[in-house]
Amino acid sequence: MGAKQLAEKVESILDNYQRDQGMLVSILQDIQAEYNYLPKEALVEVSQTLGAPLSRVYSVATFFKAFSLEPRGRYLINVCLGTACHVRGAVRILETIERELDIRPGKTTQDLKFTLETVNCVGCCALGPVVIIDGEYHGQMKTDKVKVLLENYT
Amino acid sequence: MVTLTIDGREVQAEEGAMVLDAARDNNIYIPALCSNEAIKPYGACRLCLVEIVTNGKERLVASCLYPVEEGLIVKTNSERVMNNRRTIMELLLARCPSLEVIQDLAKRLAVDKTPFKLEDKRCILCGLCVRACEEVVGVSAISLVNRGIDREMASPFYEFPDACIGCGSCAYVCPVETITLEDVGDTRTITMPNPKMQKTEFKLKKCKICGNYWAPEKQLDYITKTLSLAPEIFDVCPDCRE
Repeated sequence: MGAKQLAEKVESILDNYQRDQGMLVSILQDIQAEYNYLPKEALVEVSQTLGAPLSRVYSVATFFKAFSLEPRGRYLINVCLGTACHVRGAVRILETIERELDIRPGKTTQDLKFTLETVNCVGCCALGPVVIIDGEYHGQMKTDKVKVLLENYT
Repeated sequence: MVTLTIDGREVQAEEGAMVLDAARDNNIYIPALCSNEAIKPYGACRLCLVEIVTNGKERLVASCLYPVEEGLIVKTNSERVMNNRRTIMELLLARCPSLEVIQDLAKRLAVDKTPFKLEDKRCILCGLCVRACEEVVGVSAISLVNRGIDREMASPFYEFPDACIGCGSCAYVCPVETITLEDVGDTRTITMPNPKMQKTEFKLKKCKICGNYWAPEKQLDYITKTLSLAPEIFDVCPDCRE
């Protein structure tokens, strides 16, 4: 990804919001959607173009969990650790995924394929334990189903 | 002018003034760490909480953020205030047990131990440095970053803050004296309590007459630029200027 391309992309996102400082969160959301994370150069570009201090942009970017300053995987795995999933063994499912991908929650695999996160209830407790990969819900998860499930994502 | 009652005493205060200022103007002590007269109130440290009576109901408010009202009744040392203030002090003491200012204030508020788990932070997150940098200096070099227990004062990406002019306002306002500033020879070093941040060093300008190093070059550049002054004006230090 070239620096010029990135600058152009960020500019066009900023133009969508009339370069309004008040739209900072929405702007960052769009950048995150484009790159799956917030590249440092993008934050600098946003700060310069909006005339907002970099410290404020950085503060907002680090405040929300939805933003990541590090590259994220192509697929986002969310393991539900809500009460219902928890009592049905969600922790063991999570541990299996951690072992399989060799990453801790909040981290991304080296090949940038998967990012692993946990959530505290997604509201479909009857399906527990639930694993959500890129918005697809996989209910009644079992530890021995994890490997096959992950292999479906290429 | 507005008349209100603080601890049974009738006092006068200007409309729009905060209860904390009204109390201090009348020599009524309310502890506070995050307030500074040059900076807008923020309500971070919560130590200045007081009990107020409005419509016959009592409630706790941060006095630094509560504007005076006609007929307002304020209690700065009721049992409820003292209990809550003590808990806040215990939390601050648990967070920053090694800070002298915190230890002294705890002693003053009769808090000698804390039931909470000890940490060893050196910052109470009052944000005075951040607010001074934004409101007074106008460069916004630092900010509070992250969220919840990870919240900390930092420069963007924990790197040397390009926007910083080395003025040292952050060190000056820091209520717990944890940001330090040291001028040695031609270098000013500002040390922040965040171990992830590098030391920030600034080159000082030498006075053409006495030869003393007297202010960071970056700060003088910033002043010349914002006030459109002639750059030569700072060749000489204030002591040598007529």
